[in-house]
Amino acid sequence: MTSTEAEDPPVAETIERFAAAAAKRVAQARDLEELDALQSELTGRRSPVAGWKRSLGGLADAERRELGRLLNEALERVEALLAERRVALRREARASRLDGDRMDLTEVPPGAGPGHLHVVTQVREELEDIFVGMGYEIADGPEAESEWYNFTALNMPRDHPARSIQDSFYLATGDRETYLLRTQTSPVQVRLLERGSLPLYAVAPGRVYRRDTADARHLPVFHQIEGIAVDHGVTFGDLAGTIETFVSAIFGSATATRLRPGYFPFTEPSAEFEVTCAICGGEGCRTCSQTGWIELGGSGMIHPAVLESAGVDPEEWTGFAFGFGIDRIATMRHGIEDIRVLLENDVRFLAQL
Amino acid sequence: MRVPLSWLSELTPLSVDAGDRQAVRELGATLDSLGLVVEAVERVPAPSDEVVLARVLEIAPIPGADRIRQVLVDEGTGEARRVVCGATNFAVGDVVPLAKVGAELPGGMVIRRREMRGVASDGMLCSARELGLGSDSAGLLVLASTGAAEGPLPGGVELGMRLGEHLGLGSDVVYDIAVEPNRPDCLSIAGVARDLAARRRLPFELPSPRIERRGPDARELASVSILAPEGCHHLLGRVVRGIEPLPSPPLVARRLLLAGMRPIGSVVDASNYVMLELGQPSHPYDLDALGGRGLTVRYAAAGERLVTLDGVERRLGVHKSAGGEEVEVEDLLICDSHGVPVGLAGVMGGASTEIGRHTSSVLLEVAEFSPLVVGRSAKRQGLRTEASARFERGIDPEGLERAADRFCELLAQAAAAAGASPPEVAPGDLDDHPLRQGRRMVPLRVGRVNALLGTSLTAGEIQRLIEPIGFTEPASGGKGAAGDAGEEGGGHRRPGAAAGEVLEVGVPSYRPDVGGEVDVIEEVARMLGYERIGRTHRRSPFVGTIGERNGLQRRVRRLLAGLGAHEAWTSSIVDPTLHRRAGHLGELVELANPMVSEESALRAHLLPGLLAALRHNAAHRNGEVRLFEIGHVFSSPAGGEGRPDEREHLGVLLSGPGDDAVSAVGAWRALAEGLGLDEARIRLAQGSALPGPWPPISTGMHPTRRGLLIAGNEVLGAVGEVDPEVLEALSLPASRRVGWLVVDLGELEATPRRTRSVRPVSRFPSSDIDLSFVLDDSTPAGELERALVEAAGPLAERVRLLGAFRGGDLPRGTRSLAYRIRFCATDRTLTDAEVRELRSACIEAVTTRLPAALRG
Repeated sequence: MTSTEAEDPPVAETIERFAAAAAKRVAQARDLEELDALQSELTGRRSPVAGWKRSLGGLADAERRELGRLLNEALERVEALLAERRVALRREARASRLDGDRMDLTEVPPGAGPGHLHVVTQVREELEDIFVGMGYEIADGPEAESEWYNFTALNMPRDHPARSIQDSFYLATGDRETYLLRTQTSPVQVRLLERGSLPLYAVAPGRVYRRDTADARHLPVFHQIEGIAVDHGVTFGDLAGTIETFVSAIFGSATATRLRPGYFPFTEPSAEFEVTCAICGGEGCRTCSQTGWIELGGSGMIHPAVLESAGVDPEEWTGFAFGFGIDRIATMRHGIEDIRVLLENDVRFLAQL
Repeated sequence: MRVPLSWLSELTPLSVDAGDRQAVRELGATLDSLGLVVEAVERVPAPSDEVVLARVLEIAPIPGADRIRQVLVDEGTGEARRVVCGATNFAVGDVVPLAKVGAELPGGMVIRRREMRGVASDGMLCSARELGLGSDSAGLLVLASTGAAEGPLPGGVELGMRLGEHLGLGSDVVYDIAVEPNRPDCLSIAGVARDLAARRRLPFELPSPRIERRGPDARELASVSILAPEGCHHLLGRVVRGIEPLPSPPLVARRLLLAGMRPIGSVVDASNYVMLELGQPSHPYDLDALGGRGLTVRYAAAGERLVTLDGVERRLGVHKSAGGEEVEVEDLLICDSHGVPVGLAGVMGGASTEIGRHTSSVLLEVAEFSPLVVGRSAKRQGLRTEASARFERGIDPEGLERAADRFCELLAQAAAAAGASPPEVAPGDLDDHPLRQGRRMVPLRVGRVNALLGTSLTAGEIQRLIEPIGFTEPASGGKGAAGDAGEEGGGHRRPGAAAGEVLEVGVPSYRPDVGGEVDVIEEVARMLGYERIGRTHRRSPFVGTIGERNGLQRRVRRLLAGLGAHEAWTSSIVDPTLHRRAGHLGELVELANPMVSEESALRAHLLPGLLAALRHNAAHRNGEVRLFEIGHVFSSPAGGEGRPDEREHLGVLLSGPGDDAVSAVGAWRALAEGLGLDEARIRLAQGSALPGPWPPISTGMHPTRRGLLIAGNEVLGAVGEVDPEVLEALSLPASRRVGWLVVDLGELEATPRRTRSVRPVSRFPSSDIDLSFVLDDSTPAGELERALVEAAGPLAERVRLLGAFRGGDLPRGTRSLAYRIRFCATDRTLTDAEVRELRSACIEAVTTRLPAALRG
């Protein structure tokens, strides 16, 4: 059968033969291009079916109706087959395209990746956020301090025995006033009090210095956070409650706190505060020397002499202060056995946290 | 302070058995709660049950051996036991300790049957040292001498008896207590016992020594006088004669050992024992070696010398200051009557009058020295002794006589234990007491106690807490205040009921730390127990805030971490040499007392520390890294006076793959964008555009690849690359480019931010024009861009540099810069004519203002 214009009307048998042959060819079409050509050959204006349709005009009504029906049926069948084949070929084409796109995502080489905040910063920011949540402001102060702020105003006059406890790095300034690297964040207390705006609720995180040889547990340069609250009627009970609050915020509510008498010249009564040992959960282990408690920091009611030297009337205002090591919390939390790693800046360490 | 339980129990009936772990732990917890922090608990076993008393029956040589002998002993079984022994200080009839086979000695040695020179030794005879009962290892511990292998034994001696039982030594516990500087009273067993007794509501009594005095009056035998009353407030001299060289009794020796001191001989041991027990140091002088048989106390002349007991010659009265000059200082000397120094007061005695084997008469010095004077001498000499530690913090000025008596009593006991004749304590005391202190009284407001602690204690309750530690109301004789009885009867506390009440509290002489009301309030809290003060949760009335600077730091950190930089933390104490190598020219703030020269100055820049960190990472093959740090840097104060100038810097070191000045500028732009800085108001200035010379903030940077960040008239920071010479000087490869950005955070905080109100985004189409200009390398692109921005005016949505092109047909030393400008109006579509006009204006502005030409 060819696609030449048919002048004679077909017989039913011819139509049937055409449809069968068309079905075979459609099924054999290999790609969409071939299918497009086939479609126009089988169903287009120059197709046998089109010719046959034109030849029906001269036939009697009954015969024309009958042949027309047969032709339409055949055409519909061929078109359905073409559509079906088109869907199949499209699917095949997409599959082969996708197959060409195939990619092993585990084969991707690692990029540089984002940097990390220092673990001390991470702990410091977490602590700051806890205190901000408790209504405290964040304050800071200079690291090179005068003796006045670091000692004298903190109730440690010259020759006070406590000055020698913390061996200090003094600065060779050749000045009348003696300057040193602050041994604690407590001088910020005095600077805040001197601002003269009370009540006052603040924490001051920062770097401090002690004349110590570096070892696994000590660095001559380290970080502390100092807290201070001065208001009408602040009590020792408030101090104990506040410590309890922030300790459970840092370590979780399962961690208990206890206070025991200690000595700091700038607080009275003074207290060391301890938390449940995180290693043994309070059962007693080597880390906590079998006591079940780990010493965290110092605290106490601000000594009246400190308030007075900053121009605050201790009869009207009372307050508490506390301080503890930030690096120590970092080492406790991350199981860092040698604190010196904090200063090494080895990216194999930095990138872990 | 090492505190043996048995010693504490002698002063207060603690009823804690050393073997009862629970009770021992509880006592430790009580000490903690009193602020006497237990740092360690050491369990001391009793002497082994296998060490028994035995009498020497026979001593015979071993053929061929001259260092050891064979000894037959009787341990009460009637059968002789043969042991080999190297000691020679004993005779037939002496009773000595026998460690039987299987006995374990302190230090872990287990006695076994041994054969020496063909003689089987069935045990060992022990010295005091081997038994942990003294430091004498030269001979056996001879417990009694009977003179014969048979016959009666002295009372209390029974052959075969266990040594521990004989000496009354059981197992013990030593608490190692950290004593805070404000508790000098607890540098003594008695002080610790007093606190414990008060907390446990037990009776407590200081030892009341009984001594017998005879012979001539002390004032006929010796003399004392104080020539420096501000340095020595009180000097008590005690003369004891007829002393024999004896070891201390085992109990004394063992306690000294447990407390961490070495027994030496009965005289020195007695002085040490008294110091440990009562906290009062004393010093015995050999009276016969003392010139003029007397003591005087005076300050040292400048440069005066003294050889102390440790054999060191000390130069006194002068001290080298930090600046290296010698200044005169006050060192207090104990001298003989001729003025010859025999001791550094309160610190250490002199070698010349040391107690020795030939000492028969002793002049005991018991004194009260000025804490400051002793403290400074000890510090200058680097000689902190048990005595100086106590004087420095303040001893009990009322305890001198008791200490002297106790010393004499111990000497008498040592003589009695050894069967020696009792020493002779001279009647009458040598006493110079120029400076007396009255009892200090502190008014204690009951209301204030409760206001500060958050408690509701009554006057009576407060008194009952602090009376047992010596804070008494002398007028009422330690009885509760009037009005308290009713409340007690009522059996309840009313908060504030006692407000207005004031107690007059006497401060005990052994608490020099207590000065005012608040110190007594601490004692109230301490005796009550901090754990018994109720916790309250006070709220701050404020909304908390992290503040400007902290917020800035946080954003900076996160932006830089996003660029792949790790945050570093380098030390602020640095090596000046390293700073100089990194290009620092000025002075550094130096430490007056550095530990080592590599850490002797404060950093003026972050760059050297970060480069060192880079080197560390390179050495560990950690690949190419980016690091940043936020930290303080220091420089000498302007004008040389006052606190060092201290600034907070941000340093960003970029040494990742392909990093260079371009990455540094990129990092700066990302930072400026992320912080919302108004970039239009910050200039990146180089070369001729600089307002002045390069400031120190650009130290260590590549001379032709650096620029300053300038906002208004302030230098914000610098950006570019590290000088290859600096890299080389710090042993880093100079061939690698390292990007560097440094910013002064204080200046950055003050830099204007972009306005908060937003510009509307146009809904109309935009038009782009591309312009290329050829200009000299010396004309900064930044200037061209500024001219374009100005000429393009408000209709320019953005002006973007597409790139620079060099070479080709362009003359050397010039480049072509291509810009794309996008125009857009918010209210209409711009016409072609309008855009053409803007284009001409841009070209006009650039070519007239700059030596630049439009490229073809």
